[in-house]
Amino acid sequence: MLDKEGIAKRIAKEIKDGYYVNLGIGIPTLVANYIPEGMDVVLQSENGLLGIGPFPVAGEEDPDTINAGKQTITMLPGSAIFDSAMSFGMIRAKKVNLTILGAMEVAENGDIASWKIPGKMVKGMGGAMDLVASAENIIVAMQHINKAGESKLLAKCTLPLTGINCVKKIVTELAVLDVLPEGGFKLLERAPGVSVEQIRNATAGKLIVDSDIPEMVV
Amino acid sequence: MNKVVSNADEAIKDIEDGMTLMLGGFGLCGLPEKCIAALVRKNVKGLTCISNNAGVDDFGIGLMLKKRQVKKMISSYVGENAEFERQLLSGELEVELIPQGTLATRCMAAGYGMPAIFTPAGIGTEVAEGKEIRNFNGKDYLMELAFEADFAIVKAWKGDTMGNLVYRSTARNFNPLMAMAGKITIAEVEELVEPGELDPDHIHTPGIYVHRIFKGYDYEKRIEQRTVR
Repeated sequence: MLDKEGIAKRIAKEIKDGYYVNLGIGIPTLVANYIPEGMDVVLQSENGLLGIGPFPVAGEEDPDTINAGKQTITMLPGSAIFDSAMSFGMIRAKKVNLTILGAMEVAENGDIASWKIPGKMVKGMGGAMDLVASAENIIVAMQHINKAGESKLLAKCTLPLTGINCVKKIVTELAVLDVLPEGGFKLLERAPGVSVEQIRNATAGKLIVDSDIPEMVV
Repeated sequence: MNKVVSNADEAIKDIEDGMTLMLGGFGLCGLPEKCIAALVRKNVKGLTCISNNAGVDDFGIGLMLKKRQVKKMISSYVGENAEFERQLLSGELEVELIPQGTLATRCMAAGYGMPAIFTPAGIGTEVAEGKEIRNFNGKDYLMELAFEADFAIVKAWKGDTMGNLVYRSTARNFNPLMAMAGKITIAEVEELVEPGELDPDHIHTPGIYVHRIFKGYDYEKRIEQRTVR
């Protein structure tokens, strides 16, 4: 089973040289730590920056320079700053190659819910609705089951939706799965030490297991 | 063309109960903190505030929420404000949550004199309820209307007495968009200079959009998530 860092590490393998990548809040933010050395990747922060660098060293925090999670960051050489309309302009115009974000639920048709639990919790959708409505390459990073022990990979989302038919791939502590265009979670890889049976038990939606499922290399 | 006023209290003196305000900033970054403090002092009530976030409990728009000055918030993300979430869930505060790109682009549309935009954000979700949907090239888009605001209040790094503005780093965010969108736009700046001192090629907001400008002193610029290596 993977911890959060492990999920981030596995997702980093999906990033290709030359990509512009948007990382959401939470586990996706950790992905930045595992981009292979020498790979040319530019990270977009939807508050208006291309070229997110590492966190600053203590004492050099700049309150004017933050990421979408409101954390202090640095900028790499070649960074560009822009306003929020242009930021979502480049997202809508599909200039960003890969979007990695968290979720509360994903359905087997690619629907995603991530911003509200009616009557209990409202965080807002932030930029997630814009991202999932336009991005062509969306990976969800999340736990396979929620704190109540229920599967987050469902036949149909129960929470208010963030977007429809949009998630292409999911990486959890148990598995890597593709969301097929015709519907269903196709199992691609098992986390180290995790059995197909365990994944089946943790997946409420339709799980498709075609052949021998390899253990992922993290 | 001299737009200079002496301070935040003078800049906001004719903001009245029930008005609609745009407030720049992303979280606490690029927040017009001097004008917010003045609005808290003036204690205007029944406001509709368009701003990406609602600040935190004890800074930014959170201060206005605590004093119950806000009737309605139009925002995209409110995750860091417990008092906001409490007022929202209890129904004391009217809240319209909208996608962040939609929020930005509805400001932009107002500043560009366009009545509406079409965006795919929110299609198939509760955000789309009651809105017109148009199909272009096989894909559905929501029609979203340009915002109307009595006042836009923004924070810039530098400005000149004619109202030309330059922002710094990610403190730019919504500020230039909202600056374009207010019937009256107030800009607070860290540095106020004479015309000619800013390079015309480097101006982010042309002064034509700005009606009042003042220099704020002793910016707190609070950091929401101090994160270091």
